[in-house]
Amino acid sequence: MRMKYVLSEVLVGLWRNVTMTIAMIITMAVSLFMLGGSGLLYQKVGDMKDLYYENVEVSIFLKTDATKEQVDALGQQLDQDPLVKDSTYVNKDQAYERFQQMYADAPDLVSAVKPDQLPESYRVKLNDPEQYKAIYDKYKTAEGIDTIVDQSKLLDKVFGVLSGFQNGALAIAMVMAVAALLLVANTIQVAAYSKRREVAVMKLVGASNWFIQAPFVLEAVVAGLFGSILGLLALIAVKVLAAGSSMAALEGLITPISWSDIFLTFPLMAAVGGVVSAVTAWVTLRFYLRV
Amino acid sequence: MTKTYPKASRPSLDNVSVSIEKGEFVFFIGPSGSGKSTIIKLLLHEVTPNKGRVVVNGKDVTSMRSWKRPHFRRSIGCVFQDFRLLPNRTAYENVAFALEVIGKTKAVARRVVPEVLELVGLGGKEHRYPHELSGGEQQRVAVARAFVNRPLILLADEPTGNLDPDTSIEIMRLLDRINRTGTTVVMVTHDSNIVNQMRRRVIEIESGRIVRDQARGVYG
Ligand SMILES: Nc1ncnc2c1ncn2[C@@H]1O[C@H](COP(=O)(O)OP(=O)(O)O)[C@@H](O)[C@H]1O
Ligand SMILES: [Mg+2]
Repeated sequence: MRMKYVLSEVLVGLWRNVTMTIAMIITMAVSLFMLGGSGLLYQKVGDMKDLYYENVEVSIFLKTDATKEQVDALGQQLDQDPLVKDSTYVNKDQAYERFQQMYADAPDLVSAVKPDQLPESYRVKLNDPEQYKAIYDKYKTAEGIDTIVDQSKLLDKVFGVLSGFQNGALAIAMVMAVAALLLVANTIQVAAYSKRREVAVMKLVGASNWFIQAPFVLEAVVAGLFGSILGLLALIAVKVLAAGSSMAALEGLITPISWSDIFLTFPLMAAVGGVVSAVTAWVTLRFYLRV
Repeated sequence: MTKTYPKASRPSLDNVSVSIEKGEFVFFIGPSGSGKSTIIKLLLHEVTPNKGRVVVNGKDVTSMRSWKRPHFRRSIGCVFQDFRLLPNRTAYENVAFALEVIGKTKAVARRVVPEVLELVGLGGKEHRYPHELSGGEQQRVAVARAFVNRPLILLADEPTGNLDPDTSIEIMRLLDRINRTGTTVVMVTHDSNIVNQMRRRVIEIESGRIVRDQARGVYG
């Protein structure tokens, strides 16, 4: 009975002020979309770091004129090095094979390069990938060595960019959240003003505080939930669009964001949208209605 | 007790002490700004005194926490000069609203609302909106709303302030009838006619002080 009253009040309230309701839902949706997006990114970046840094290698490229003795000596030295977990020798043919795989999309480039032009190398896995500097210092002067390349340097750059995206999305989420909060506060004030006579009578005859506040708070919560649903739809749209575009190429590099990842962020978005709206509405009412 | 509003230079009620018995009918009279409405607000726990105590229905409400106020208000009915009816609801709905928002069911409302509207003399006009009723009839709706929950106390702040003399007398009779059911009635008024006719207890206030407290009194 009372529940029916409260629910009909909520719907009437949202409808009476429909432009404001829409604005509130849209800002909320953008904010929650950004929040969900940065959450997903955070999770992905974590996964990728584990995966990539686990397999990170230091490549020691040899001079094309390095002698067989120099190559073997280096191999032995690496095998005995306590910093090294495991090292693999890659000859010119193997290097060429890798090269072909890597640039399968660019046959012109592949045909222009001959196995002879590619250097031999050692692929070295470290016990601790952070120890790159020690390896570098130790081997840079060894005979027959051309360059030493640490993949983790490259990864640092990639992850730098990714965490930049993530921070950007979080910042936008925050700014939009502030806008959403202000809109909720304003909407609730307008709603409370349009029902000021009812509220005055309710206070006079002794309606309980929760009963007076519930329709307003629920109004905000419903808008918050709608916002989170829209935010979810936006995330889905981004995934669908990305799959069909040039972004698809990145999928090999970036571990793909699965549908279950996306749907699992929804509870987070809904909870944040609902709770933040409810608290804002409640605080607004405390100031505005003094109930 | 003493009540000084924040930012006010002098107290609105200054060392006032009044005791009203259960079932009594009391008039508060006095010039505008003398502190009459402040007494009503103190009794409603809308404001609290700076000094002294307020005891209502045998309970000290001076330092009652605000979350207890709603329940406390259910034992008090209140009527104002400006009726305070909801314009988009009929007489019936206005009274039923007061019941429903304190958790009474529609079935209860269907039983008691027609009864109380009959009591205040609005039988047959239940489905009129406030703008379809005269001032006196609107005030009857307000009285019905204040009384429907059978409060122990009925507070009336210049209930006839917007009404012509004949209508005022009718409202007065209605409040008298309610008083005879055992309800304590506290009425603030400017209307000398009414006070003189009723011959009930009169408390006169001037600048926040009681200057007269007379059983079976007259106006000025
Ligand atoms: N909320 C308020 N803030 C400050 N002063 C007030 C407030 N309400 C009333 N007053 C002052 O208190 C005094 C008594 O007011 P009130 O009780 O309303 O008088 P009455 O009802 O007798 O006309 C007046 O001087 C008025 O200006
Ligand atoms: Mg007054």
